[in-house]
Amino acid sequence: MRVSNALRSAAAKPLVFMLCLVPLFSLVWNAFYGDLGANPVEVITHETGDWALRFLLITLAISPLRQWFGLAVLLRFRRMMGLYVFFYACCHFMIWLVADHSLDFADMFEDIIDRPYITLGFSALIFLIPLAITSNQSMVRRLGRRWKKLHQLTYLVTVLAISHFIWLVKADYLEAGIYAAIAVALLLQRTNIKKWFFTKATA
Amino acid sequence: MTKFKCKSDIAPSEITSESIYCQRREFMKTTGLLGTAMLLNPWATASASLTIGDYKPEVVNLDEELTSEKDATTYNNFYEFGTGKTDPSRRSQNFNTDDWKITVSGECEKPGEYSLEDLVKPFDIEERIYRLRCVEAWSMVIPWLGVPMASILTSLQPTSKAKYVAFKTLLDPEQMPGQKRSVLQWPYEEGLRIDEAMNPLTLFAVGMYGKTMPNQNGAPVRLVVPWKYGFKSIKSIVSIEFTEHQPQTSWNISGPNEYGFYSNVNPEVNHPRWSQKKERRIGDIFKQKTLMFNGYEEEVAHLYKDMDLRTNF
Repeated sequence: MRVSNALRSAAAKPLVFMLCLVPLFSLVWNAFYGDLGANPVEVITHETGDWALRFLLITLAISPLRQWFGLAVLLRFRRMMGLYVFFYACCHFMIWLVADHSLDFADMFEDIIDRPYITLGFSALIFLIPLAITSNQSMVRRLGRRWKKLHQLTYLVTVLAISHFIWLVKADYLEAGIYAAIAVALLLQRTNIKKWFFTKATA
Repeated sequence: MTKFKCKSDIAPSEITSESIYCQRREFMKTTGLLGTAMLLNPWATASASLTIGDYKPEVVNLDEELTSEKDATTYNNFYEFGTGKTDPSRRSQNFNTDDWKITVSGECEKPGEYSLEDLVKPFDIEERIYRLRCVEAWSMVIPWLGVPMASILTSLQPTSKAKYVAFKTLLDPEQMPGQKRSVLQWPYEEGLRIDEAMNPLTLFAVGMYGKTMPNQNGAPVRLVVPWKYGFKSIKSIVSIEFTEHQPQTSWNISGPNEYGFYSNVNPEVNHPRWSQKKERRIGDIFKQKTLMFNGYEEEVAHLYKDMDLRTNF
């Protein structure tokens, strides 16, 4: 298969790595040389949040895509995608901490406690930390079976991130609804597979 | 009104020169526009839409930098044209506001259908520079042009039963594509207590930055209530109704625990979505402290002296 051959090539990984940085570079470029509109901070906050969520859904899509299209090679990219979730989530958090709260941590924590959607978003980021720390090969080996268990936290992070998005919407739920629908489909697909495995094993 | 630089603080020579300057600019603009209109349509009679000629400059001033006209006209919440901030400027360009009519009804002596021109014509148009504070924790400083709401309302002779004033935006999904989706209950409705509507700060605004009101900012006429969150300043008004009872408001219907009837700018009252303690002035990166009643405490605090602003948010 041509796609899987291309993805297997040595150049694929660095290429995909660079490609995933395009949203960040385009934001930085536009902030200095282009036009991010009247409220650039808002644009950067929303864009980095959107990309964290997009990479999260891409990460979740890798398993089903591998199964449906037999693209085992996609697994090569899952760790990178997962780390990009963490990377864009950190950017999203940092711009909020710096521009909205001027690095005032007391102010930040008050916001986290007072506003449920921020509580959810902040929790999602916190749960991403152990996943990022244990993402390297030696950690995978050291944790063994527990690694898989730990990384199921991704599902919790998905629920938190989607709720964070829905909760902050004022009136127009269309965009958040699309992300939510994709996330629900990706999560349900997993529960069905598990049931299927379960019934097969006991039969 | 000590915070305001009143007209009397400015040297008479300054006023004259500036107003002549504005007149000159406006005169050239109007004649230019009229000429073009004549060329395009030789049968055109006198311009049907409101034109702003002379106005009293800086009747209310502020010692703060104006938001750029570009930002104020490309970053808008006007859901009738879409929920994105740049939707209104992109999607309202063909919005037709010619022959604009406003229906006046309810508890007043002079109900009826008025042309916007007839409502505004008897009064001087004033330029007033106000802060605009959005509930989303951003703010602007805008030079509005308009007539004090009190002048308009008084001319309609409200009766003693008129305790509130209710306003409605145009309902026209063909022209306002945002109304094809039920993100809010259409038409947009807002309301004020009559003493709030009659407060000298409340403006019936027909323009900004020395020009007629851009479509995306609420053409041809909108409310400006500078001590309340922006959504109270209803745009593209087609109905004014004097009522005895508190009218319903669109955002209150959408989120009763988030958007109260009063919606006064208040850094002390927590909002579930945005901390109201600070705001980002458009053009800035960092936030600044939000002022009680958006800095208009002296002018309006007396309206609420016996009220608990936490329950009446």
